[in-house]
Amino acid sequence: MYIQGVLTVAMINIISTAGLAVFTGFTGLFSLGHAAFMAVGAYTSAILTYFVKAPYLLALAAGVLASCFLSALVGYPTLRTRLRGDYFAIATIGMGEATRVILENLKITQGARGLPGITQYTTLPVAAAAAAVVLLLARNMLASVYGRNAVAVREDAVAAEMSGIHLLRTRMISLVFSAGCAGLAGGLYAHYLAFIQPVMFTMVQSTQITAAVVCGGTGSLTGPALAAFVFTVAPELLRAAQMWRLVIYGLMLVLIMVFRPQGLMGYRDLSWQGVLSLSDRLRKSVAGGKDGKG
Amino acid sequence: MLAFAECIRLSKHFGGVRAVNDLSFKVDEGEILGLIGPNGAGKTTVFNLLTGFYRPTSGSMLFRGRELSGLTPPDIVGLGIARTFQNIRLFSNLSVLDNVRSVLYRHARYGFVEALLRSPRVRLCERHVHEKAMEYLEEVGLADRAHDRASHLPYGLQRKLELARALALEPVLLLLDEPAAGMNPEESMNLVELIRDIREKHNLTVILIEHHMDVVMTLSHRIVVMNFGEKLMEGSPEEVQSDVRVIEAYLGEEYAGAYRR
Repeated sequence: MYIQGVLTVAMINIISTAGLAVFTGFTGLFSLGHAAFMAVGAYTSAILTYFVKAPYLLALAAGVLASCFLSALVGYPTLRTRLRGDYFAIATIGMGEATRVILENLKITQGARGLPGITQYTTLPVAAAAAAVVLLLARNMLASVYGRNAVAVREDAVAAEMSGIHLLRTRMISLVFSAGCAGLAGGLYAHYLAFIQPVMFTMVQSTQITAAVVCGGTGSLTGPALAAFVFTVAPELLRAAQMWRLVIYGLMLVLIMVFRPQGLMGYRDLSWQGVLSLSDRLRKSVAGGKDGKG
Repeated sequence: MLAFAECIRLSKHFGGVRAVNDLSFKVDEGEILGLIGPNGAGKTTVFNLLTGFYRPTSGSMLFRGRELSGLTPPDIVGLGIARTFQNIRLFSNLSVLDNVRSVLYRHARYGFVEALLRSPRVRLCERHVHEKAMEYLEEVGLADRAHDRASHLPYGLQRKLELARALALEPVLLLLDEPAAGMNPEESMNLVELIRDIREKHNLTVILIEHHMDVVMTLSHRIVVMNFGEKLMEGSPEEVQSDVRVIEAYLGEEYAGAYRR
């Protein structure tokens, strides 16, 4: 049960992190407010299943759409004025905190007390399937005009614009997709924990998603997904170390940033061909070693 | 007759600095127009105006009879104007191939949902883009470096890659901002050949900013000389080379005086 729980949360974190990887890793803009998109997805879907008794899938979809809507609302004015990297990040912090405060004061969200008694629809298979679908869709998007344009904009916005790429449109599409993923993760999370509360979606949560993306590697999808998994599972494995747990976690982050500032898999992705060729090379080198001895 | 491209009393002021002031010139279809002048004369600003990166303070720019000022850079690319940059601007973390591929998606005709599902149309487009990109790389002689990282290319080849990327936009008017900067005489003569070939093959009109006088003088049909944001003179390469005002602008009054004698 416990292991299943950890893995379910890991799958959910993979979804939100993959979403942010599409935005931060491929457009180069930092968001420190992604927890707000999770919150909106979580509350929208939970309110629908709890008060309206809507079907689970429909509620999840509504959560996704609500997050997309919020991101478009926030993204359009901020991205249009070409807020440069750091300023955009600060705008997202503001958005994140504002969203939390609103959730704490609305009647339907029951304020700071939170929503208890949400039906526990999210199981490990559900979360795993959702994560697989999200990773697949994200990969497809990144390999299409939308992803390629985003990368061009990240590499050199001026050159991209002078090559006929619309900056605003490109960044907006990435942001909305990314927020949609966060919304889905939020919906799944609400229906796993069966209880949500605004304090679950603070900047700390946002920062953790961002940390996973940066450590996993900007410009990579599988790297951040892997990092999200490790960062969820490792603290649990480290429970034996008790008070040293967070120290080790922090140390892990510092070491990655010192030794691999581009992240574990910066600008690279795992692919079947890659894995195959690697195992091929390993086999050959093992065979070569044997030959040498013989 | 309507000019192919034309700047009419074009000005761009940054506060008190008149980067471009009351500049008028025409470009005819198919010609290579040299744009020269001492550092800070406002040449690159003219390119930034023509590509929509800056808005002119006053004046107008016509391209095939259409007003350019007020259009966004992507709109202007859509009309058929492409440029390269003085301080190379490549997508440096990407491969040589991806640099060209990145700009070939303008004609992608599939929607977002199709992209997410990676429909056959998306795959077809990918294949098409790949082939096209290789063609452009071959043209500038970079096909064998296709999978190298752009930032790992030597300087001269980076300039060629920028040229390939600009060509991939299928322009009719190409703006080259110091394509030979940092090249030795042999490399720059090589580049002259390349620019000639490309112009022939793609029916291009070219505006060329360049400090290498041998490059400008061999390539250009006509030259506009700028100084302090204004047009000093225009004429054939021969006329420009023997013009006292030009020598004065480049070398100072003293030397021009010596030349006069």
